[in-house]
Amino acid sequence: MHRRSFLKALPTAALAAPLAAPGIRKAAAQAAPTRNETLLLVQEYGPNSLDMQGIGSSQPVNGVALNCYDRLVRFKRVKLDDVTTSFDINALEPELAESWQEASDGTSVTFKIRADARFHGGRSVTARDVKWSLDRAVSIGGFATTQMNAGSLEKPEQFVAVDDRTFRVDFARRDKLTMPNLAVTIPFVFDSELAIRNGGGDPWAKEYLKNNVAGGGAFKVEAWRPGTETIYTRNDDWKNGDLPKLRRVIARDIPSPSTRRALIERGDADISYGLPPKDFKDLADAGRIKVAAVPVPNAIWYVALNSALPPFNNLKLRQAVAWALPYEKIMQASLFGRGVPMWGGPATPAALKWPVPFPYSANIERAKALMAESGVAPFSTTLLFDAGSGTIAEPMAVLVKEALAPLGITVELNKIPGANFRGELNKKTAPMVINRFGGWLDWPDYFFFWNYHGNNSIFNIPSYQNPAMDRLIDGARFAPDAASYAQNVRGFLELGMQEVPFIAIAQPFHDVAMQRTIGGYQFWPCREPDFRFLTKG
Amino acid sequence: MRGVLWRLAGSLPALAAVVVVTFILTRVLPGDTATYFAGPTASAESIAQIRTALGLDRPLPEQFWSYVVALFHGDLGMSLTTGQPVLVDILARLPASAELTLCGLVLAMAVAIPLGIIAAVRQGSLADHACRVIVTAGVSLPVFFTGLLLVYVFYFLLGWSPAPLGRLDAFASAPPTVTGFYLIDAALIGDWETWRSAFAQLVLPAVTLGLFALAPIARITRASMLAVLGAEFIRTARAAGLASRTIILTYALRNALLPVVTTLGMVFSFLLGANVLVEKVFAWPGIGSYAVEALIASDGAPVQGFVLTMAILYVALNLTIDLINRALDPRARQA
Repeated sequence: MHRRSFLKALPTAALAAPLAAPGIRKAAAQAAPTRNETLLLVQEYGPNSLDMQGIGSSQPVNGVALNCYDRLVRFKRVKLDDVTTSFDINALEPELAESWQEASDGTSVTFKIRADARFHGGRSVTARDVKWSLDRAVSIGGFATTQMNAGSLEKPEQFVAVDDRTFRVDFARRDKLTMPNLAVTIPFVFDSELAIRNGGGDPWAKEYLKNNVAGGGAFKVEAWRPGTETIYTRNDDWKNGDLPKLRRVIARDIPSPSTRRALIERGDADISYGLPPKDFKDLADAGRIKVAAVPVPNAIWYVALNSALPPFNNLKLRQAVAWALPYEKIMQASLFGRGVPMWGGPATPAALKWPVPFPYSANIERAKALMAESGVAPFSTTLLFDAGSGTIAEPMAVLVKEALAPLGITVELNKIPGANFRGELNKKTAPMVINRFGGWLDWPDYFFFWNYHGNNSIFNIPSYQNPAMDRLIDGARFAPDAASYAQNVRGFLELGMQEVPFIAIAQPFHDVAMQRTIGGYQFWPCREPDFRFLTKG
Repeated sequence: MRGVLWRLAGSLPALAAVVVVTFILTRVLPGDTATYFAGPTASAESIAQIRTALGLDRPLPEQFWSYVVALFHGDLGMSLTTGQPVLVDILARLPASAELTLCGLVLAMAVAIPLGIIAAVRQGSLADHACRVIVTAGVSLPVFFTGLLLVYVFYFLLGWSPAPLGRLDAFASAPPTVTGFYLIDAALIGDWETWRSAFAQLVLPAVTLGLFALAPIARITRASMLAVLGAEFIRTARAAGLASRTIILTYALRNALLPVVTTLGMVFSFLLGANVLVEKVFAWPGIGSYAVEALIASDGAPVQGFVLTMAILYVALNLTIDLINRALDPRARQA
């Protein structure tokens, strides 16, 4: 790999920069999108690849997959409020497929691909391209394969190109996540001929697709300078939806949040992605900038208590902690109100959804009583959090530390840099952890499968093990009917609240700041901006 | 010439040591690259797959061997944070840092050297005290603070400075790369619009860096001038009735410049790698923030590449300084 990549690198290094610049000039001279057709977006960091299926792709790569590639289907768009359009995860809309039909015996689904769908190079999209792309997603390993498996999309044999325009997916089992999982960003469709031709012998053309877009989506990548900017131009021949209003999008990487805030307040940037909650609150209060606030589906901020190891393997102690946390203060001082409270709910879940408010609230008397019942002597422990989310997690951790002192629990804070954080979680020994999690597929059983199941995934941070819980989760995942699904969901929600390996704090908002002239903001599970629906002016 | 070659050969063991040490350091750091890049919802298998793909499951000596072999082919490995070969990244980012640092340094020199001279000549005067205040302020104000302050005043409040979006305005296009210095490249093709845009973007970060670099240069100039002004040959020159301008600029300054030049070299190499915070505030795509981001992600190859580049630069810089010193001072030529 080393030698080959160097040989490739040399010409790239020598040619890329001089070639890229005239490219921009030419595009500007021909099409000349006006500033009103050009969007300037600022974000903390940009994509590290152009291939969301590739191993190690960062969060912003989802945006490339979303805008430069198409999927067979997408989630039905639903208006959330005046600023944001969100989605209905239970309903699908056509994208590359014009129609689809589930088999009457429920073992497969057959898609009809649009006749006028074309890749950027002009070639018609065929079922073979779809098969190659989905085969790739289940075979390439890493996150893409894990995500596909989450919807029981596991083997290439499940994907069948019936003829040029007909594509069939054979279901591995009855799984309600299979269809929605075809609409997330991962199963997008490549121009397989172009990819294989340039793959240099690699059957999945990983190296080529990392640096090149080979798709048919609404935008093309005009220039990509990792760590600096990504420039998208509209694919004027896009037929799989209404032609986007924006003709060009410049996404600049601006690491400093203060600078991003200055840029949006001065009106130089059209959209700012990812500001600390305090800045969003200020912007929302000031009212000059439009702020899109979407409660992130399926996600919560939580404090996890290691239920497998002493002292937190003591149920009463966990409940004592849950009654001791200063929820309201955390909401104000660390989230600045940018979230939905997940405390102070009724004793049984108010609704069969996730997240749902837990029955706990700050009640130090109750906490002290439970602490006494637990029989645990005063002790010292450690609270871990990721330095990368420090703006929120650090004040939260300090408040937790303060609140637990009256119970005789001395908490030492341990802020861990990003790369080490997952490693620490993998050790499964951390007594207390502050973290945030949300699955793309917004079902309660999906969250519980990752976080509470005895298979002990990395996200089961408390290492919670309970056969009764596993039965309820599995029962809900593959429930034959609505009644048994509801019964199992109620069961695991109640058990989770009762046993509190995770203490829910709040459901975070996904906040995006934009100028008043910007419209059509679309929120998807991957949370990246969709340029296809944005308007300016 | 022979001396130069000897000097170069002498730096080879140091470079070899740098290669070994950075390799070991990036491997013993507690972070787990594979887990980090496996991303959310990673299973144990997908982490293992990534580890195999990155070659991190092989024994350390084997990893080191393939690293060294690749190095001899000029391959610094792949960056996982940007997804590009490290060499390409560094070649793209080094000019950005170098341009900014050089501008900051020139600015600092233009202010600090005259300031230091005046402070030394008029010891205890108002100018001397002013020098002391400026120097103290320059050192004690953290660069990110001065940077943010300048952005706040000159961009946010006054609107004199362009948006701090990096090296160029979002709607300008980069000049074709010759040196990688936008000011030079734009001037080469006579594209003065781009030149102005690049220059405008450069002013605030260069001033921020300059303020920081001011202190060591002014101090060393003052100290070294004081030492020289007290020397016997200056007294002789004074006694001989030479004009004070001639004494200060021709005799004293030339002798006092040696330590100043040495300090300049140190300040330059220090600024080049250490202006991370300025790069962050001004979204400058430089080499310092590149290395820090890689470090946070436990991304070994860019860190190794960065340290190696810095080591090579340092060697080159020291050599240059020696040559300048020889040109300035005949005594150094004989040594």
